[in-house]
Amino acid sequence: MAKKSFDVQVIAKLCKACGICVSLCPKNVFDRAADGKAVVSRPEECIGCVSCELHCPDFCVEVMEKEAE
Amino acid sequence: MKPAYQKYFRDNLPHIWCAGCGNGIVMSAWARAVDELGLDKNNMIGVSGIGCSSRITGYLDLHTLHTAHGRALPFATGAKMARPDMDVFVFSGDGDCSAIGGNHFIHACRRNINMTLIVINNNIYGMTGGQFSPLTPFGKKATTAPYGSIDRSFNLCDLAIGAGASFVARGDIFHAKQLTDLIKAGYQHKGFSVIEVIAACPISYGRRNGIPNPADMMQYIKEHTVMKAAAEKMSAEELADKHIIGVLQEINEAPEYCESYAALCERVQGGTK
Repeated sequence: MAKKSFDVQVIAKLCKACGICVSLCPKNVFDRAADGKAVVSRPEECIGCVSCELHCPDFCVEVMEKEAE
Repeated sequence: MKPAYQKYFRDNLPHIWCAGCGNGIVMSAWARAVDELGLDKNNMIGVSGIGCSSRITGYLDLHTLHTAHGRALPFATGAKMARPDMDVFVFSGDGDCSAIGGNHFIHACRRNINMTLIVINNNIYGMTGGQFSPLTPFGKKATTAPYGSIDRSFNLCDLAIGAGASFVARGDIFHAKQLTDLIKAGYQHKGFSVIEVIAACPISYGRRNGIPNPADMMQYIKEHTVMKAAAEKMSAEELADKHIIGVLQEINEAPEYCESYAALCERVQGGTK
């Protein structure tokens, strides 16, 4: 079975730079920008646990499974 | 944004809450729960009192009431009595529910009217500047307890059980998936459902108690919550500073208030109008 891949998006307009998604991500997908907001740096590492999505207090992280190529 | 959130939220984000506030996590867990249950937002009433957590109704695209401090439950009781066919969700904070509205809370518990109360417990009065609430743990600091609170805190779930609530559960913002399931179970229960949610206030509570970082606060909540099944095997000392999470009480035999009222009307005057 092919490895699943995911697309991770952060709505920067809603992000308040709390850092919860960055700290909970088991695969270090996120980095923090100069203003502290989350940026998706390594989406190819995402395993789709959606911990970031479930724990974002500002509803700005979304994880979507990519269609198999 | 997730379709479930877009469906039930108004278009007025970002919300007013601070970075790392637990209220948003509860709000999204609630949205996933009602979406999974397939509830119609035009048939739902959201009621809240005053406080940070009570701002939640301002962001939900339902029939919403943002009412007087501590009085969310009386307003919700009125709404439910007038329209027993509608689904009523009440959002409250620890201060709003257990202090200002403490009396309304215990009487709503014993009355057993079919609605779901979600109490977001962040251990502090956040909006007014960090005064200690009846749910601030003993010894923890607040602006009005700079050397630590000497008041013993309520165990809100035990209080609800003692007052006769027919469904009582406790969840927390770290176990967000379980929280969604608890909200679903609370809704599906016929009668008054109390769901206490252990939440984070990094600004007013965390900063004074050595956990100012939202991510650390999340870790703190993870370490201080124990599933009910695991708690049964632990000693009182081990559980001293822990919150037991899960469904703590479920009674299905208690008469539901709207049904009792309809039966009363039927008996004395041949039915409600």
